Amino acid sequence: MTTPLLDIKNLHVRLEDDPAVEILHGVDLRIMPGEVHSIMGPNGSGKSTLAQVLAGKEDYEITEGTIAFQGEDITELGPDERANAGLFLAFQYPVEIPGVSAMQFLKAAVNAKRVAEGKDELDAAQLLKHFREKATQINVPYEMLKRNVNEGFSGGEKKRFEIFQMAVLGSVLGILDETDSGLDIDALRIVSEGVNSMRSADHGFLLITHYNRLLEYIVPDHVHILVKGKIVKSGGKEVAHELEQTGYAPFGVHEPVGA
Amino acid sequence: MTLATEPHKLDAVIDTSRDIPECQSWLNPFRDAGREAFNRLGWPDRRNESWRFTNLDALKATNFVSAVDDADISANTVGGFAIPELDDVTLVFVNGRFREDLSDAPDKLANKLGTNVTCCRLTEAICQHRESIEPFIGKLTADPDDVFTALSNASVEDGVFIRVPRGVTVDTPVHILSIATETDEPVATHPRNVIVAEEGAHVTVLEHYVTTSDDAVYLNNAVTEVFADAEAVVHHYLLEKESESAFNVSSLFAHLAEHADVHSHTVLLGGKLVRNNVLPTLAGPRAHCLINGLYVGHGDQHLDNAMRVNHAAPDCDSRQFYKGILNDQSRGVFTGRIIVDQVAQRTDAVQSNRNMLLSDDARVNARPQLEIYADDVKCTHGCTTGAVDPENVFYFMSRGLSEDVARAMLIYAFAAEGFGRMELAPVRQLLAAEMIAKLPKAQGLSIEV
Repeated sequence: MTTPLLDIKNLHVRLEDDPAVEILHGVDLRIMPGEVHSIMGPNGSGKSTLAQVLAGKEDYEITEGTIAFQGEDITELGPDERANAGLFLAFQYPVEIPGVSAMQFLKAAVNAKRVAEGKDELDAAQLLKHFREKATQINVPYEMLKRNVNEGFSGGEKKRFEIFQMAVLGSVLGILDETDSGLDIDALRIVSEGVNSMRSADHGFLLITHYNRLLEYIVPDHVHILVKGKIVKSGGKEVAHELEQTGYAPFGVHEPVGA
Repeated sequence: MTLATEPHKLDAVIDTSRDIPECQSWLNPFRDAGREAFNRLGWPDRRNESWRFTNLDALKATNFVSAVDDADISANTVGGFAIPELDDVTLVFVNGRFREDLSDAPDKLANKLGTNVTCCRLTEAICQHRESIEPFIGKLTADPDDVFTALSNASVEDGVFIRVPRGVTVDTPVHILSIATETDEPVATHPRNVIVAEEGAHVTVLEHYVTTSDDAVYLNNAVTEVFADAEAVVHHYLLEKESESAFNVSSLFAHLAEHADVHSHTVLLGGKLVRNNVLPTLAGPRAHCLINGLYVGHGDQHLDNAMRVNHAAPDCDSRQFYKGILNDQSRGVFTGRIIVDQVAQRTDAVQSNRNMLLSDDARVNARPQLEIYADDVKCTHGCTTGAVDPENVFYFMSRGLSEDVARAMLIYAFAAEGFGRMELAPVRQLLAAEMIAKLPKAQGLSIEV
């Protein structure tokens, strides 16, 4: 039997600083290798919290349930250990770091993963070759690597750089947190092509989005609707189309779904 | 020759060091005036506004002497303090005493700097080139309001004299390497450098303070006077990596004539107690001054930075950018004084001081002091103090970097802006490496700058 890439069972999450606030109330989700899932939800449904909890952010406390990544329980692992295991979070708002070039940052990240895997570090020439290949694949200008991490990047450049990082790190599961927000159609298309170029029998994706627009470019196998910290409906890609017609009204939330 | 009342105290050192060769005697009135000023001013205490955040008790309680014998130090050891890949000329001082045997020879200096450039030890200039140095030495420190400057005036010993004639560009930086070794008794030295760039001349000078032992106790009370004539460009670096048991007071006085350009880069890494004074006077119209600094403290280091930028002519720009990174119980002080004289219309002065505290016990005191007597002035200042941003740490960790490496990279990133302003790439690289070496748990992090 194939091991799921990601297997979330009965996940309950509350704020570490304010334990009275529970955000996720028992989420179940299983992503098999090769699958693309989407979680759609209105504002405040807990979808970004889910993304951050999966990546290991410390602001949240898991009170119940488990998260297994490739069969291993990762709930006690730090963000770096999860990343080195092959999990990648594309941030909704990537932070700008003046003073560190994208090149230096990714060199350090690639070699950190290799060390974690017990492999030899790549030397500068090997790294540059690797970066060039991935830049071509994801359609990112190589010059971007010479700039400081996200500094002065447009919204589209930031999102492309996120996807590029995933390709460079060779992560097997990509969690894209509202990657479509703030993108025009051209940028959305380029980002989506980058993601689609990575789709394979080994890779999985979790697309977190408010709108169905992204899903026209990256067509999911499964769509889940998250409302108030619980998955209230799951199905195929038709669920997103239905949602476009009805909005979140059938789930008691009055927000449009179309962009 | 010590005074009966306070043998071995610092003020006694002034007297014991007065075994002065006859050829230097023309400076004695200046030395005497310095001694009088020293006695008049006395050691500052906390009531002295300029020293409010810096306690000198440990310095006052130390019995300093003048260096007596040449220290035993190998050329290998000295070579270890070279700045890798920097094509420079180096003048070496050990415990304040000039070491001809370890310095670049005069013919190399002439070859690298040009035969019309004067670059020699200060005492040689005093004794053999009096007409050349007399118009400059002490002119910016003649009326000291600070006791350490007075002490320096009283104790002029040795240092470096550089004079670049009109229109000459010197490409090779002059590296003044001051090495302190462990001595039987704490040594006080008062290096003085005099840098004269005539009209349109260009020169770069590095003052570099290092030690062979972090247990060495001593005082380096250094004064550098920079004279940038019209259109001259002077780049000055202070690279301070003293013993962490030592005291360093460094004062950079600069006089900028019309359209002169002076860059002051300071990086404080070592020292138990450091006071870094940067004191430019923009005396000619359209002069420009960049004051760029970084202080990195750990343990119980105390790093005090006192700027006094005097705009004394119209249409001048000054830019102050100082950053502090403080760990453990270390303490930083930044005083940014800007004085805009009444004549200094259309002054454009910027001051920024940003601090990153890496521990709960690290502290910083920052204070801007603006005294503006002109009415058409643009003067901005800002000051921030914070920790490493946890959102940034999370971002880096989510790419597989350990928390230690993520934090080290982010701390480095905070400092990088200051390194970026330094023109000399080998100096940037050395300082970046030394700064990273000082960060907690940053071993193995390599950064290219």
